Formats: sequence, structure tokens, C-alpha cells
Amino acid sequence: MTTISRPGVDDRVRSHSAPARRNTKPRRAGVTTACWYVAVVALSVVTVAPLVWTLSTALKPAGEILGGALNLIPENPTLQNFREAFTAVPFARYLLNSLIIGVGGAVTNVFFGGLGGYALAKLNFRGRKALFALFLSSLMIPGIVTMIPSFLILRYFPLAGGNDLLGQGGLGLINTYWAVLLPGAAGAFAVFFMKQFFETLPDELGEAARIDGASEFRIFAQIYFPLAKAGLAVLAILTFQAGWNNFLWPLIVLNNQEMMTVQVGLASFVNNYETNFGPLMAGTVLASLPVLAVFIVAQRYIIEGVAHVGSR
Amino acid sequence: MTASRIPPADGTVAVVTDPARPPGRARPARTTAKQIRRSAWLFLLAPCALFLIFVLLPNVIAAVLSFTDYAIVGDTAWVGLENYARIVDDPYFWIALRNTAYYTALFVPMGFAIALGAALLLNRSRRAVRLFRTLFYVPVVSSTVATATIWYWLLNPQRGLLNVVLGWFGIDGPAWLYDSEWAMFAIVLMSVWATFGTNMIIFLGGLQGVPRDLYEAARLDGANAWQQFRYVTLPSLSRTSFLVSTLLIIAAFQVFDQAYVLTKGGPGNSTITMVYYIYDKGFGALEMGYASALSFVLFLIIMIFSIANAWISHPREKRKAAPR
Repeated sequence: MTTISRPGVDDRVRSHSAPARRNTKPRRAGVTTACWYVAVVALSVVTVAPLVWTLSTALKPAGEILGGALNLIPENPTLQNFREAFTAVPFARYLLNSLIIGVGGAVTNVFFGGLGGYALAKLNFRGRKALFALFLSSLMIPGIVTMIPSFLILRYFPLAGGNDLLGQGGLGLINTYWAVLLPGAAGAFAVFFMKQFFETLPDELGEAARIDGASEFRIFAQIYFPLAKAGLAVLAILTFQAGWNNFLWPLIVLNNQEMMTVQVGLASFVNNYETNFGPLMAGTVLASLPVLAVFIVAQRYIIEGVAHVGSR
Repeated sequence: MTASRIPPADGTVAVVTDPARPPGRARPARTTAKQIRRSAWLFLLAPCALFLIFVLLPNVIAAVLSFTDYAIVGDTAWVGLENYARIVDDPYFWIALRNTAYYTALFVPMGFAIALGAALLLNRSRRAVRLFRTLFYVPVVSSTVATATIWYWLLNPQRGLLNVVLGWFGIDGPAWLYDSEWAMFAIVLMSVWATFGTNMIIFLGGLQGVPRDLYEAARLDGANAWQQFRYVTLPSLSRTSFLVSTLLIIAAFQVFDQAYVLTKGGPGNSTITMVYYIYDKGFGALEMGYASALSFVLFLIIMIFSIANAWISHPREKRKAAPR
């Protein structure tokens, strides 16, 4: 595109191929650029306007929401809706639960996913390929198949939540953070993602350390782990987002109000506040803000991470 | 935990075998191979254990449950294929399947086309591209529940943004979520809006891998923009297209959150999806045996469509992979 705006350069390159088009090129490029801007701005409006409107609704008093629905900037901005969201339901508690689940999931996946991915990428052992294929295939199984049995396994988990050795008597791990954290603590995705990342690092570093007598864990922890910081950061962000945004599984295993996550709390909000859009949108803003903040800070890495996974 | 265990093991192995060290470099390589193998399995202990407990075991349990009338409470009996026979005669299963098929039939092509279109728009070297890439991606960041609540407000028949904007053009918008004709379509729109960003990024990665000289050559042959897209871009993207369409199909058949939050399957059962029905049977009615059978049927359907998709994409992929 930049070359087109400099006809001299452009002509020298192309004159042998398309001499007839020489004169029309700059003008057509201008029209193309204008069309391009119209298209991308239009699409941006479609993606961003609903979010702006949500925020604006959350800041409007009830009368204004129903009256002047379309003005994007509230005439009398208020935090009343947020106050109501916090007092009507234990929203602060929901936020804390989601934070624990999001951060906990990120930490365990970074550690175990890093360790497992490193082993699959850098350590030679028999069965490596088969194991990797097994992990990969588990990504293909729809979560719905394992949903009921996983619930039962957590409920009848031996010696947890009042259960005896045979898993009878109590609720097991249901209604604890473990019910969400444990099944996803070392997900196949984390292992897969980190394996791809570690494969881009040279083998020689580890071999040199091995000759010096370093243990395998030290080679991992002191040489490769620090070098994989970028990949680990992306993995941490993606798992935090996934944990924070997860809905169906927390809905099933956390049904005590004290344990509910933001998403589950927000979903029940829709039923209780059917037409009370102010508090509902305030809750939506609160539920989205942390992930949005993380995204804005780290957007380049997130997008590169998604592209990285997609390119495999 | 693993840290404290490995170093002593390494140390002892090295010390014990040291005296027997033959000349040359062969021996250390052999002991380290053994150490490496042991460390590798140790490193993979947690993922493997969790895989066994929360992937493999649940699949076995689900298979067994699907042949019983297990319901958490009460006695459990082996019912053989009864659950599967019951599915065939279950009108709600067919409603759920029809709704899910409708959703998939709209969501997959729309999600694919819009993601590809957005990626094509962004596939140029302009500084503004990064800004718009971020703006296009923003909906992906919010959860499906937040998306659903946003759209719940957006789709409000009287005061929602969508119908107000449609009104500017003289269009009297439908009641969306309150209209059985439109409710599922509204959920499709919302899902496409919320998810196309991810696939757009995947397509962008694929587009950047298309060799520039292919376009040069096509232009020399007098190909116009559409022909370049049809005969250069699309074939070069076959691997990416396959990945994106597979992801879309798998996601489409498992749609749940939006239907649960917004419509609870209504109005008039028009948004009961397969996963919604399985959830309702398993955790609402506690008919876990029957729900397990349903989930296997859904798994089978997803597999058939994924394989069909692979089969359709395969010939092209082969042709492209050969010269590599």
C-alpha cells in the first residue's frame, strides 16, 4: 500500500507488467483506502457499541434508562446501580470466588502445564508421542460427556467434605474451590500449549547443564522456565480468562450462594432483575472489568498467543 | 514437591555408576537417558493423574451409566439399551436436536465468513490495523454470560439498541427473545458477535503464511481481486479453514450458556439445545443414566460432523501439503 502512494517507485517495478493501469492507480488506491476505513470503522462500531452502551446504562439512574435510552453519555451519572448490585446479592463474595478460581487455575496450569509441556518437548522417553496424542485427543472430547461422571467423582471423593473412605456420607468436594480447580489444574491445553512453546527453545542449553551435573528439575526450573516467560504469561492470562468466564461447570458444582462465581451470580441476576436493567448492567460491567483490564494491558501477547495456538 | 525428590535421586545415580565409567562419552549418555525418562514421567505425573481421574475414568463411568437408570437417589438397575431406545422416542430430544442443528447451520457459516472477512480486512500493512484488530477482538474477552446479559438489554423489544436502530430505517424489529421464530436467531447473532474475534486471529495467522509471490503471479496472469481470493487465498488457507470450521462445529453443537441465561429453553421450546437438555435431564430431573446416554449421542453427532468436515477439507489439504 505504501508503495502505491509513491508512483515513481511503483512504476519502475510494475511498468513492464501493467503499463495501462499506471495513471488510475493512485486514485483507485485512495478510494480503496477510504472504503477500507469505512468497513473497519463500521465493524468496530458493531463490536464496541454494545459494550459502551452497557457501561452507559450501568451509570444511568432508572428513570433515564427507560426514558432517553439512546444517549450514550448519562445526563445524571450515578453509582446507584453498582451499590444495588453489591447489596442485593453478595457480589463482592462472587468476585472473590471468581478471583480465587481464576488465579488458582492460572498458577496450577502454568506450573504443571510448564513442567508437562517441557517433558514432552525436551525429554526423550518411550511413549512420548503416544502420550501427547492422548492429551491432544482429550481436547476433542466434548465436555458434556465427562460432566456427570466428573460431578459424581467429586461428590464421592474419598475422605473429603465429610466423606468416608468409600466416598459416602458427605458432599465430597462439591461446593469447594477444589471442585473447579482440581479437574482443570493441569489441563491438556496447558501441556499442549507449553510443549509447542518449549520446542522453539534450543536443546543445547539443557545438554550443557546436564554435562555439568545439573538435575533435570534444575535444568527446567533455572534454565528453560525463565526463558519461557512470554509463553507462560500468555498461558496464565488465557487460563485466568477461561477460569473467570467459565459458567457451566461452576453452575453445577458450586450451588451454595457463598461459593458462587460472578458468572453464576450474574446469570441468576437476569432472572431476579428481569427488567431492572441498571443493576443488571452494573453487574455485567463488574463481571467483565477484570478480564477486560487484563486484556487491555496484555492484548498484544493474548492475540499473539491465540495466533500461535491456531497456527499449529 | 517434585523439586525435593529429584536432586537426591540424580545424585545417587551419578555417584553409584561413576566408578564403572567406561572410556569415552557413551556411558553418561546412558545413565542420563534413564534419569531423563524417570524425570519426564515425574514431570508429567500431575497431568497424567488428572487425565486418568477426570478424563479417562469419567468416560468409562459415562459409558456404564448410560446403560443404567442411575439417579443419585434410589436404587440403580441395569437397563441395557433402554436409554438409547428411549432417546429415539423422546420428542424433546428431537426438538433439542432440531434447534441445535438450526443453530449450527447458521452459526458455523456466519462465524466462518465474518471471521475470514474481518481477517482479510486486517491483512495489510497499515498502522491502524493493530487498533482495529483490538477493537474487533474485544467482544471475545467478556464471558458468554456477560455477553448474554448485554444482548438481553440490546434485544429488548421496546428499548433495546437493536430495535431502536432498526426503527431509524423504518424496520419494525421482532420481539427477538420473546418470539419463538426469532429467539434462536438472536442467540446465533450474539454468539457470532462474541466469538468471531478468535477465529479472525487464527485466519490472520494463516493469511500471513500465504506466499506473496503467489499473488504476484496471479496478478501477472490477469487475475482480479475475486479470482485471487478464490484461487490463491482460499486454497492456501485450507489448513486454517479446516481448523476454524472444526472449532466452530464443536462449539456450535455444545451451545448452552446463552440459552440457559436468556431464554431457559423458551419461548415454546425454541431454544432448548442439546447440552441444555442434557443438563436439564442430568441435574434438573437427576436422570443421570439417561443424560449420559444423551451425551454419548451428542458426542457421536459431533464426531460424524467433524469427520465429514475433515473429509470435505481433506483432498484440498493433501494437494497443498504435498509440495511442502
